[in-house]
Amino acid sequence: MFRNQYDTDVTTWSPAGRLFQVEYAMEAVKQGAAAVGLRSTSHVVLATVNKATSDLSSYQKKVFKVDDHIGVAISGLTADGRVLSRYLRNECINHAFVYESPLPVSRLVVRLADKAQVCTQRSWKRPYGVGLLVAGLDETGAHLYYNCPSGNYFEYQAFAIGSRSQAAKTFLERRFESFNNYSRDELIKDAVFAIKETLQGEKLTSAICTVAILGKDEAFHLIDQKIIQEIIDSIEIKEDAPAEQAPEQDEAGSSGAAPMDI
Amino acid sequence: MEASLIVDNGATERTLNPYVTGTSVIGMKYKDGVIFAADTGGSYGSTLRYKSVERIKPIGKHSILGASGEISDFQEILRYLDELILNDNMWDDGNSLGPKEIHNYLTRVMYNRRNKFDPLFNSLVVGGVKNGQKYLGMVSMIGTHFEDNHVATGFGNHLARPLLRAEWREDLSFEEAVKLMEKCLLVLLYRDRSAINKFQIAKITEEGVTISQPYALKTNWGFSAFQNPSKGAEGSW
Repeated sequence: MFRNQYDTDVTTWSPAGRLFQVEYAMEAVKQGAAAVGLRSTSHVVLATVNKATSDLSSYQKKVFKVDDHIGVAISGLTADGRVLSRYLRNECINHAFVYESPLPVSRLVVRLADKAQVCTQRSWKRPYGVGLLVAGLDETGAHLYYNCPSGNYFEYQAFAIGSRSQAAKTFLERRFESFNNYSRDELIKDAVFAIKETLQGEKLTSAICTVAILGKDEAFHLIDQKIIQEIIDSIEIKEDAPAEQAPEQDEAGSSGAAPMDI
Repeated sequence: MEASLIVDNGATERTLNPYVTGTSVIGMKYKDGVIFAADTGGSYGSTLRYKSVERIKPIGKHSILGASGEISDFQEILRYLDELILNDNMWDDGNSLGPKEIHNYLTRVMYNRRNKFDPLFNSLVVGGVKNGQKYLGMVSMIGTHFEDNHVATGFGNHLARPLLRAEWREDLSFEEAVKLMEKCLLVLLYRDRSAINKFQIAKITEEGVTISQPYALKTNWGFSAFQNPSKGAEGSW
């Protein structure tokens, strides 16, 4: 993508029918640290990579509880993500106050999308530079949505956003058909594995990833770091064992998981 | 707070007294769902002016609403709910407002109006079944709200609820429930001067709502004490 004369403000169309500012905002999402989401019929899992700007600082919070039955993971401009999370929390609380019942996920997601769309049609605003994976559970079942800066939203069985997310997406594409029948623990394991794929060689420890889950009888919450480390260890054991037996297979697997290097 | 803030430019535009009113509504849960009963009378003070007022209405797919008090305010509430249900249906997304949501929404409406010193003069009974769960609640004109297995408004609280407290069970069949309702309605007919002998029974189950056609109960006035009312004291009544 290169600079051109139609990309100065969001209210200018290009002759090809594109809004470049909106597309640049989507680029901002791709620069953020990876986030993945997976759903079964009864649970939804979100996982993110915790990137810290330096060794001296702590990492930025990318997973937010919106309500007992809804959580979000963000990628991109975390400040925009925080503001939108506050909006989502407000919408849920207002609905619960009037109706004494949880706001249906699809309706929350539409409100968020409409809010994002406004910023694509006002000359004095800019699009939000953050993509949100919205995980929720209501009476129609478990849901995972992705909200773009463009104001579009899509429902997914599983998805990954942020930098090097293609590796996670490739992994998820191979397995998503069986996710609906996954148990709670299998879902968490695959989420951690998907995060591992985005790291591409870097060591995965519980310190650099955050995992959250919500389910039918489980309010949205972050999973304890100790448990995540146990899951990582169990994945590592499984990987080391076959590696000794079939080193060629392992190499083929690792080169397949790093298409971004090409 | 100054009195003028309530009155608003000298023009009072708030309900001070009710004019056309309905009397008690009684409701209770039974085995398959929830059952309501109310008469079809609208009183204008002490005159029994309107005799075919439907005071129980279905709301959406899962709820019914019964009201006592000012009839025009009840009609206003029905308009609010109609808009609410319409917007809910427009989403067309598999989610729908159930009796719990309706009850809470109405509580908010009644309480907010009370805070503005412009109440809707009604006592409301909300009931319904959603996903196998039975629900029954009440909201008063000042926003007091609660849920229970059986509720009543107005005189029903004093005359019908004691009967319900004694004889209500979780597993009443529809026929048993109607009999219990009619027992309460008869007491109300005898003792509440605003009650008329023309009732509707409404039931809601998982399948849907049924509101009966108006019908009358058999009454018995042939007591010997009524024969010569001034027997004990000539000149009295």
